[in-house]
Amino acid sequence: MNIVVCIKQTPDSAAKVVAENGQVSWGDSPLVMNPWDEYAVEAALTMQEEQGGDVTVISIGEEGVKDALKTGLAMGCSNAFLISDPAMQNADSQAVARVLAAAIQKIENVDIAFFGRQAIDGDMGVTAAQTARVLGWPILSLASSVGAVNGSIRVERNVEEGRQVVEGKLPVAVSVVKDIGDPRYPSFMGIRKANRATIPVWTLADLGIEAPDTNVRWPEIMNPPEHEITNEIVSGDSPDEIATILADKILSEKVL
Amino acid sequence: MDFSLTDEHRMVQEMVRDYAQREIAPIIKEYDRKQEMAPEILPRMAELGLLGICLPLRYGGQGMDYIALGLVCEELEAVDSSMRVVMSVHVGLNCLGLFQWADEEQKEAFLIPQARGEKIACFGLSEPGAGSDVAAIQSTARRDKGNYVINGEKMWISLASKAHHVMWVARTNPDAPDPHDGLSAFLVELDRPGITRGDIHGKLGVRAGSTGWISFQDVRVPEKNRIGKEGEGFKIAMSALDNGRYTVAAGATGLIRACLDESVQYANQRQAFGRQIGKIQLIQAKIAHMVQSYDAARLLYLHAGWLKNLGKRNTRQTSLAKWFATDASFEAASQAIQIHGAYGYSDEYNVERYLRNARGAIIYEGTSEIHQLIQAGYALGLRGDAPLRKELPAYDRDKWQENCSE
Repeated sequence: MNIVVCIKQTPDSAAKVVAENGQVSWGDSPLVMNPWDEYAVEAALTMQEEQGGDVTVISIGEEGVKDALKTGLAMGCSNAFLISDPAMQNADSQAVARVLAAAIQKIENVDIAFFGRQAIDGDMGVTAAQTARVLGWPILSLASSVGAVNGSIRVERNVEEGRQVVEGKLPVAVSVVKDIGDPRYPSFMGIRKANRATIPVWTLADLGIEAPDTNVRWPEIMNPPEHEITNEIVSGDSPDEIATILADKILSEKVL
Repeated sequence: MDFSLTDEHRMVQEMVRDYAQREIAPIIKEYDRKQEMAPEILPRMAELGLLGICLPLRYGGQGMDYIALGLVCEELEAVDSSMRVVMSVHVGLNCLGLFQWADEEQKEAFLIPQARGEKIACFGLSEPGAGSDVAAIQSTARRDKGNYVINGEKMWISLASKAHHVMWVARTNPDAPDPHDGLSAFLVELDRPGITRGDIHGKLGVRAGSTGWISFQDVRVPEKNRIGKEGEGFKIAMSALDNGRYTVAAGATGLIRACLDESVQYANQRQAFGRQIGKIQLIQAKIAHMVQSYDAARLLYLHAGWLKNLGKRNTRQTSLAKWFATDASFEAASQAIQIHGAYGYSDEYNVERYLRNARGAIIYEGTSEIHQLIQAGYALGLRGDAPLRKELPAYDRDKWQENCSE
């Protein structure tokens, strides 16, 4: 089975987001593989262990994104490719989807493309569906477990009312949630391999596509307004007295 | 001068940090209270490859360097000292001792299964009546028809009840003019007849670890189990300590970090006198000292690790790193409790465990007093490093990671 995992490099989940002059700042937080994507890698590797084949991890971004790809290799992925092109700066999610789709087609004969449910920085959660749309593949979203049955894939989805089992024909795009199981740690063998690997870089020209239009912008980002909160403890000699004082306060503050 | 860690270092560090935080942090209080080692720890550390981290692939290891060993110890002890103790005795004292002193046949027989984590190893130097005074060792090994017959008792041995192998130091020559020269080292399988062992309970700290005693009564050991030459036992033990102490230094650095992190978190949250206590200057002074200790301890151990990578003797630097970091970790834990106030005195928070754990390291692997003697000895020209018959091999990434099956 030929599997691709699409990952993104994001700030660490412990990073503090601050909006400054309408722009997001993550401070000097370390950059890591998007934590949701680690579950996608886990799902891909579990599938590979059951079905055999290769797991290729891909991402879009600058040279530094190779670190996130190396994490994928260290976890056990067989290959990694970086798509890097100045035209991809400020790309929106559908532009990203078009480029990922082109990369998946370039890899050829891909059976499953795995995605994390969303990226912790943009929080859009649409890349998997948009990429599936460009490829013309079905999307099985928010899967909590995955398995293969005779040329098709069966996933479980946790829904409010219970559990749903969904089957789809290959090739297919799958986005996964936490319930898929804890992502494995990188192994020493993986770490050694990752640090010896040369990760090929593809430009949009290598993928045979023009820079896709970006139609969505984020003109302004702001932090939630700060609330002034003051605490006051109401005391009195009896519960009745405390209740009376409290009721008077609530009325005078026009809460009721 | 390059202070940066390699990608390999960072990946190892993150992997071990994730492991310790995810799997050990949630259960450690329970085992510390029970005074038991969590049974999954050794098999899991073996599975992850930690038990052979800084040994070449051809000896069953993972081909990382000595800096990676230090980083792992820092991450493990940032969660609990008992985790780092495993690295100290299995890797630092025993495996690296074999790596430095054992012949090829012995490395095949003992080092490879140890590095793979199939066999757990401990280190038998201290005795009921001999700690800092190594020359007072009572255990004896006498030759008998191509074997040695070993008698004696070892005390305060980490992993005594869990290990398969022990590096045992015994007296082979009671008549040596200098008693240090009468000692020899043996790698002994702990399933040999005549061996009894057990755990010691009621320790102040490292309660989630395993510390015990081992008794040898007429234990027959083939000559091929002797590591190095007869009379080299003291030198072998001291070389092993250069590596064990390194892991203790790196671990204590992690303990300081844990004290700092938890103190900062608490100071930013706890209110007193109408403000966060982190705004109070006397609290800030304690935090500042922890930062100072952490950075200094980290630089000292990384420097020692760098010397090891180059294959240079590092007895003085390792001793300094160990002395400084362990003293500083005890002080950091004590101040962390002070910052937490009464809460810090209860096991609702981690800092009381940090204090109890930090105390032992001021005693084991060279008391702080011994390290002061070592430092003064070098400074005053009273001691130096004579070349050894066998030195700890320098790190060679290509050779250590050479394996046709990958």
